[in-house]
Amino acid sequence: MPEITLRVNGSERKAKVSPETPLLWVLRDTLQLTGTKYGCGAGLCGACTVHADGAIVRSCSTPVSQVAGKNIITIEGLSQNGLHAVQQAWIAEQVPQCGYCQVGQIMAAAALLAKNAQPTDEQITQAMSGNICRCGTYDRIRRAIHRAAGAGGGR
Amino acid sequence: MSPLSRREFIATGVAAGAGLVIGFYLPHRGPTGNDGTFTPNAYLKISPEGKITVVVARSEMGQGVRTSLPMILAEELEADWKQISIEQAGASTLYGDQTTGGSASVRTAWDPMRKAGAAAREMLIAAAALEWGVPRSACRAENSTVAHLPSNRRLTYGQLASKAATLTVPTTPVLKQPKDYKIVGTALPRLDISSKVNGTAQFGIDFRLAGMKYALLARSPVIGGKITGFDDKEPRKQPGVSYVGKISDSAVVVVADTAWNAMEGRRVLNANWDDGANATLTSASILDSLRNSASGKSVPMYTKGDVSRVSGRRIQSTYQLPFMAHAAMEPGNCTAHFRSTECEIWAPTQVPQDCRDAVAQAVGLDPDQVKVNVTLIGGGFGRRLEHDYAVEAALVSKAINAPVQVLWTREDDMRFSTYRPASFHQLSAVLDGKGWPAAFSHRMIAPSINGQKGVAAVNGVDADLPDEGALIYSLPNVSLEYVMTETPVPLAFMRSVYALQMGFASECFIDELAEIAGKDPLEYRLHMLGKDEDIQFFSTTWHTARMRGVLQMAAEKAGWGKQMPDGQYRGIACFGCFGSYMAEVVEISMENDKPRVRRVVGAIDCGQVINPNILEQQIQGGVIYALANALRAQITIDKGRVVQGNFDDYAPIRMNEAPVVEAYFVPSSEPPTGAGEPPVPPLAPALCNAMYRATKKRIRALPILS
Ligand code: FES
Ligand code: FES
Repeated sequence: MPEITLRVNGSERKAKVSPETPLLWVLRDTLQLTGTKYGCGAGLCGACTVHADGAIVRSCSTPVSQVAGKNIITIEGLSQNGLHAVQQAWIAEQVPQCGYCQVGQIMAAAALLAKNAQPTDEQITQAMSGNICRCGTYDRIRRAIHRAAGAGGGR
Repeated sequence: MSPLSRREFIATGVAAGAGLVIGFYLPHRGPTGNDGTFTPNAYLKISPEGKITVVVARSEMGQGVRTSLPMILAEELEADWKQISIEQAGASTLYGDQTTGGSASVRTAWDPMRKAGAAAREMLIAAAALEWGVPRSACRAENSTVAHLPSNRRLTYGQLASKAATLTVPTTPVLKQPKDYKIVGTALPRLDISSKVNGTAQFGIDFRLAGMKYALLARSPVIGGKITGFDDKEPRKQPGVSYVGKISDSAVVVVADTAWNAMEGRRVLNANWDDGANATLTSASILDSLRNSASGKSVPMYTKGDVSRVSGRRIQSTYQLPFMAHAAMEPGNCTAHFRSTECEIWAPTQVPQDCRDAVAQAVGLDPDQVKVNVTLIGGGFGRRLEHDYAVEAALVSKAINAPVQVLWTREDDMRFSTYRPASFHQLSAVLDGKGWPAAFSHRMIAPSINGQKGVAAVNGVDADLPDEGALIYSLPNVSLEYVMTETPVPLAFMRSVYALQMGFASECFIDELAEIAGKDPLEYRLHMLGKDEDIQFFSTTWHTARMRGVLQMAAEKAGWGKQMPDGQYRGIACFGCFGSYMAEVVEISMENDKPRVRRVVGAIDCGQVINPNILEQQIQGGVIYALANALRAQITIDKGRVVQGNFDDYAPIRMNEAPVVEAYFVPSSEPPTGAGEPPVPPLAPALCNAMYRATKKRIRALPILS
């Protein structure tokens, strides 16, 4: 089995997995970073969203070989010190219900705000519609993104 | 203490190490006989350091029990909310029935949690009074302390805990008046919120043990099929695969070092199946047979007056609903560790005790040799009222003699699930000269969920219907009937259960009647609610006045009667279930012949509200869930197989389809009733009624976009 070197949350991690293994399972089962969730395995729900070089990636559908060398950020590394503005907004607006989809939602929202510090409602809808929440937290997700934007969540 | 007074209320204060530990023992569902066994249902610990731990004996699946249940206890305890932490109870013999379902957690915990807190408060006050040598009446509890105001002395609960633990537990503690509530009724943040935003919240799927393997099962593609043979050569060639074997008549397991390797192993597994009796089953044939059973033997659910003696203008309509799947975001999974004479389970489950008993039976142990731990649940919606995942995990762990996590892929979760039953409805009404219903009949034809699970019927109807089937209008002649059928499709309780079906048919039909009578749909309903009537439906007494209240509230908040912008339409519906009253107004526009739901205004009367923040979430969530059910959620069966597999062909609501949801509640100090399910039933009929305004076409079958 080849060894793949990944850069996850700022540190080098090695994984002995076949190159086509989806990043999601390397994170969850090999590196024990279970914050990133499995929802559909098919790029349909966004539960597995992480960042690779700042862009959102559906880790369930991304072979690990494709992100070798890229800077991968998971929820565990979203913020180096304390909570990210998006996480703070999520608490202020009390977004999560069951919470299962929320890591993916937060990663998607953080990536949106990094590119667009003051997204409009339409831009939020566009950016967030790849993420499913069966608990129906959409109203509060929208409010939390606006709040984080107000707090300078884009930077 | 005599057995009788024990049964009334028994509590014990136990000095366990240091600190106060209180368990309260109350009979579950009435006295359980003369053997002196009782069911405890609350548990509280106060450490000498002042840490207050409330044990939550219900499962947290997003509905907020890890916050709302401690709030009830903390209120009576006069606790400082900041000192409260929770402990999740696993399957136990100490807490009564730990099933989390039927929107029942708050309504069943309300009394025992209040009494637990109040008794502890009185004991802490008594301890302080003893300490100071002053009368109890001169002391008061506040903010986790007891104060003696005349001498300006104060002791914390932590300081008092050990002494309080030596005192007798009061049998009838005095409960607070609602007007004095400081915690109950406030929008406190959830206790578990940070773990859910920083990724540390541990759901069942996140549980890890040293040396743990991952397993996927190949199950019969046809409902009820059996394995006849399999070839393990290919899977065993896959990296990481350590075991391939049959674990039941209908499943082969592939075990590997990671979930992905187990999936890859299963992908190349060749298995042969005996499809059995259902090889040609289709959902269309099931719906046909429901229709054909409409004239079959029916059982009355509710009868008032005599509908057969009413003559006049008769209106009839039929409605039908499909099978549906829960499709929670966290797919099925469970971790098990079998060790010859014991088995430990970590399960995202709504039924820890069922899991314990079913696992014990499956692996040949006694129930007390099985320990079930309850993890956080990534959405329940009723799916985790089953115990199949736990049995599978235990069997695999036993087979491989190692800890293992059984994981269901999304497709497994969709195809090998248990489903909301399809149903067929015959509605009929006789209108008087003014267009009001002089007679109203509703006959539901549906397979019995409880019947399939071996749970006895209640007066001949499925045991769930008493919570879900009431018609809350004051009408002179009413007949509600149920025709019980059977199906080989595995059935499930799904959020709001039969209330979804009953509410859809009934509230669409009432809209049709209003139209025929030439009356506004709100006015029509309010007229039928105009008289105060108590409607006794099985053990619940419904009050038309409370339904009137939510209907008026929703209508007023939505601006019912005000002109809508061009191209926008409203619909309204109301329904009661699990003791609560709910009304919703849905606003839509039509885009390419499809409804675009823009705004939903919901009003609930669920008695005393524990936490408005969580209640609002339940209403928003219920509406979004119900909208998916109304628009698209449909499980179809072809050649005995479930057709849908993932979120493309069973598509939930995403943000681009999500309406703004406004949630309101009627202030009340009545005992709390359900909130998780009542927001679901009114949505689909209110939406279809709005669509009628837009298109002049009635929708009598779900899903709308079929
Ligand atoms: S798990 Fe990756 S998109 Fe659903
Ligand atoms: S919070 Fe439960 S799925 Fe989104």
